[in-house]
Amino acid sequence: MKRFWGFVKKEFFHIFRDVRTMIILFGIPIAQLMLFGTVITNEIKDAHLAIYDQSKDEVTQEITAKLLSSGYFILDQYLESTEDVEAIFRKGKVKEVLVFEPNFAQTLEKEGKANVQVIADASDPNMGKLLASYTSGIINDYILKEMGELALPMQLEPEVRMFYNEGLRSVYMFVPGIMAMILMLISAMMTSISITREKELGTMEILLVSPLRPVQIILGKVAPYLALSIINALVILLIGHWVFGVPIAGSWVLLMAESILFILMALCLGILISTVSKNQMVAMFISMIALMLPTILLSGFIFPIENMPVPLQIISHLMPPRWFIVILKNVMLKGTGFLYVWKETLILLGMAVVFTAIAVRKFKMRLE
Amino acid sequence: MKIESINTKVGDAVTSAREKVIEVRNLVKKFGSFVANDHLNFEVYRGEIFGFLGANGAGKTTAMRILCGLSSPTSGELSVGGFDVYRQAEQIKRNIGYMSQKFSLYEDMTVAENIRFYAGIYGISVKQRKEKERVLLQKLQLEDARDKLIASLPLGWKQKLAFSVALLHDPKIIFLDEPTGGVDPITRRQFWDFIYEAAAEGKTIFVTTHYMDEAEYCDRVSIMVDGRIAALDTPEKLKQQFLSEDMNGVFLKLARGAQNGE
Amino acid sequence: MIRVNNISKSYKDVQALQRISFEVQEGELFGLIGPDGAGKTTLMRILMTLLLPDEGQAAMHGLDVVRDYKEIRQLVGYMPGRFSLYQDLSVEENLAFFATVFGTSIEENYALIKDIYQQIEPFKKRLAGKLSGGMKQKLALSCALIHKPKILVLDEPTTGVDAVSRKEFWDMLKKLQTQGITILVSTPYMDEAGLCDRVALMQKGEILRIDPPEQIVANYTRTLLAARSTEMHRLILDLREWDSIDTAYAFGQFAHVTPKKEGLTAYELERYLKTKNHQQLQVHQIAPGIEDVFMALIVGNEE
Repeated sequence: MKRFWGFVKKEFFHIFRDVRTMIILFGIPIAQLMLFGTVITNEIKDAHLAIYDQSKDEVTQEITAKLLSSGYFILDQYLESTEDVEAIFRKGKVKEVLVFEPNFAQTLEKEGKANVQVIADASDPNMGKLLASYTSGIINDYILKEMGELALPMQLEPEVRMFYNEGLRSVYMFVPGIMAMILMLISAMMTSISITREKELGTMEILLVSPLRPVQIILGKVAPYLALSIINALVILLIGHWVFGVPIAGSWVLLMAESILFILMALCLGILISTVSKNQMVAMFISMIALMLPTILLSGFIFPIENMPVPLQIISHLMPPRWFIVILKNVMLKGTGFLYVWKETLILLGMAVVFTAIAVRKFKMRLE
Repeated sequence: MKIESINTKVGDAVTSAREKVIEVRNLVKKFGSFVANDHLNFEVYRGEIFGFLGANGAGKTTAMRILCGLSSPTSGELSVGGFDVYRQAEQIKRNIGYMSQKFSLYEDMTVAENIRFYAGIYGISVKQRKEKERVLLQKLQLEDARDKLIASLPLGWKQKLAFSVALLHDPKIIFLDEPTGGVDPITRRQFWDFIYEAAAEGKTIFVTTHYMDEAEYCDRVSIMVDGRIAALDTPEKLKQQFLSEDMNGVFLKLARGAQNGE
Repeated sequence: MIRVNNISKSYKDVQALQRISFEVQEGELFGLIGPDGAGKTTLMRILMTLLLPDEGQAAMHGLDVVRDYKEIRQLVGYMPGRFSLYQDLSVEENLAFFATVFGTSIEENYALIKDIYQQIEPFKKRLAGKLSGGMKQKLALSCALIHKPKILVLDEPTTGVDAVSRKEFWDMLKKLQTQGITILVSTPYMDEAGLCDRVALMQKGEILRIDPPEQIVANYTRTLLAARSTEMHRLILDLREWDSIDTAYAFGQFAHVTPKKEGLTAYELERYLKTKNHQQLQVHQIAPGIEDVFMALIVGNEE
């Protein structure tokens, strides 16, 4: 035990004495969170909206008012014909057009469903999808609240169906994503670099010939980063909660437990990377390219998984952050308990076990 | 002893007539309060093999960097190859060659590619480069290895090649920073054959080494202790002065009293 | 204490060690002498249980390097090349760390490292990365000694270190030897061979000779002459040109000359050099040094 603590102490010396490590550990997470949080919220502000209202009844006007009061949209103009739609998109200023079918309110009341067309400018596909999803979200929200007392289930059928980000606030969506990304970065990249650094320095040779067992070396390397990652997870959650107002609907305990599981998984992945990397540079590249980019691109953090080509969707199943993000969203935003996320938890646990097994097996007692 | 005295007279006569290629007057370099070079004074003549010795941390590397134009002195007058260190660093760089044990050649490039690259850096024309490359490979007997990766060559060949490449642009002065580390004694001497040859062609060689027998191959040797030049003379005279059989003894006597543990 | 029997090891296409065998007695100071690429590091790593040999067996203190690696790691002190220290830890922290790793403390074994550590103790708060080569070397040795090993394995401890530190380092090794520690040390410096009890001269994965240094020199029977003149470079070229000369190499201010036929006298050589107009000639017969023998062995080995 004394050996282990000696080892951990030494790791903390390394971390606290290196300015770069400190910046990566604490500066970057906060900077990224602030950046994503503010950039994304501004992006959705004041998008120009044109409306072709063929009904002009009470309901369509209420929906319009609701959309415009949301702060995301500015009314550009009302359109008079279908032809105008294309013309106005071509000008480029209007990002979304809303088309209500004639007799909207009547149809809705009679048949329990009515059609509204949401046409988004998809030249920036992400933006388009985001706008469309905001719109449909607002409309659905309105229908639920206002027409809720009606016996018939109300249905709106927007052309674009996008259900991610029900919360309507983009930052809600990004906090789980950033958290997954940062924990992955710190845990996997920092451990793999710190282990390969010892290989480069030659100190690994001495550690190997010492009575330390491989498990002790691995644990000694992992423990400090586990502690720091937990702190980071907490900081991200607190900033998300207090600065960006992201609700934490579910249990904090569950949230932290799941985070620790994810961190452990990422740490094992880092050790695994270190066993295949000769030096710090290789470790860094593998972490960046094999972990960071997929985390950003394939986990559903930025690009919705539903819209990916099938092969990528399949690959995304292998991305640990994908499951972690689902868990986070469920617990944070929906406030669901463990019963709703046990499947994802199990998948993460399985991944952690597999990575640990491979890492311990691959961690050599000898050189080469 | 009689012979020795004649020797020095001849030596003095020759040196005074020779062109000074490096002149250092009161070179001082400070890092904060730490004085790395404390009023260094020396000159190096054309065609001379000048050994620059000192314990680790005595200030050798600092002085060498300044002479190469990589670092600027705190004070003092210095000229290298006739150029002023303060104002003409660029001309100095064009007129010196540099080779260190650590810096070798690009391992993942072939012999010919390395030659081409360095020729390119110094703006040597294609025609000239081709001729130089031919002569160089022939001299090193590396014609067959022309398209081999540097990584596949033995260390001794790499060192000889690195030295030849450092000479590619015909520099007046060549700085060698521990050039012969790690090779067998034969290869080491073959390397010194190259150095002698370059010196015979009028190049000035400025060399640091940890091998004390190599110090004896130099025309003159300076030994730095604690940022100062503690001794500077021919190996022969230094050995007499310090009553020692070899340069190792001279070095030990001088460096023992060193203060800077660094 | 150390027994190596027919050890071979190769990497991809390089034969690093070819059927190496030797033994080191208890309390002996044994040197592996040879240039880079001779296989010294590979051999030491096999003995340190860090690499597995392709063929052959080796034992440290009667323990097999493959089977009993755990026990070996407890009783051997190891100092890899390039002084493996944590650059961002202070002198004291490095030592304390290695002490805890080996389950001991600085105080417990202070007596053993005292002489060495005292020299760097004034700088104990300094980061290891800021130490000079000689001080790093002393710290690395202290770290390797902290768990009171029976055997000390040192991989090129004096490379890149100045002559004073090298001298001091060998003095320290001699002192440790008197305390009963068996020492295996490698070095590329020929002049350090004379400081060992016995040496193995290595080249390209083979041992050319194992003997006490005096014996190695005594066994060399060829004539060796030393010559000097005012122009060293031309002297060597002229010597090599003469067909009576086998080899001519610079040694300090002299050239060491091995004639093709035995019994070439200093007088004959001087006469030849005079015809080449060399000034202030000095020629005499000399006894060989380790380096002379080693060079002759390399040449012999390559033919």
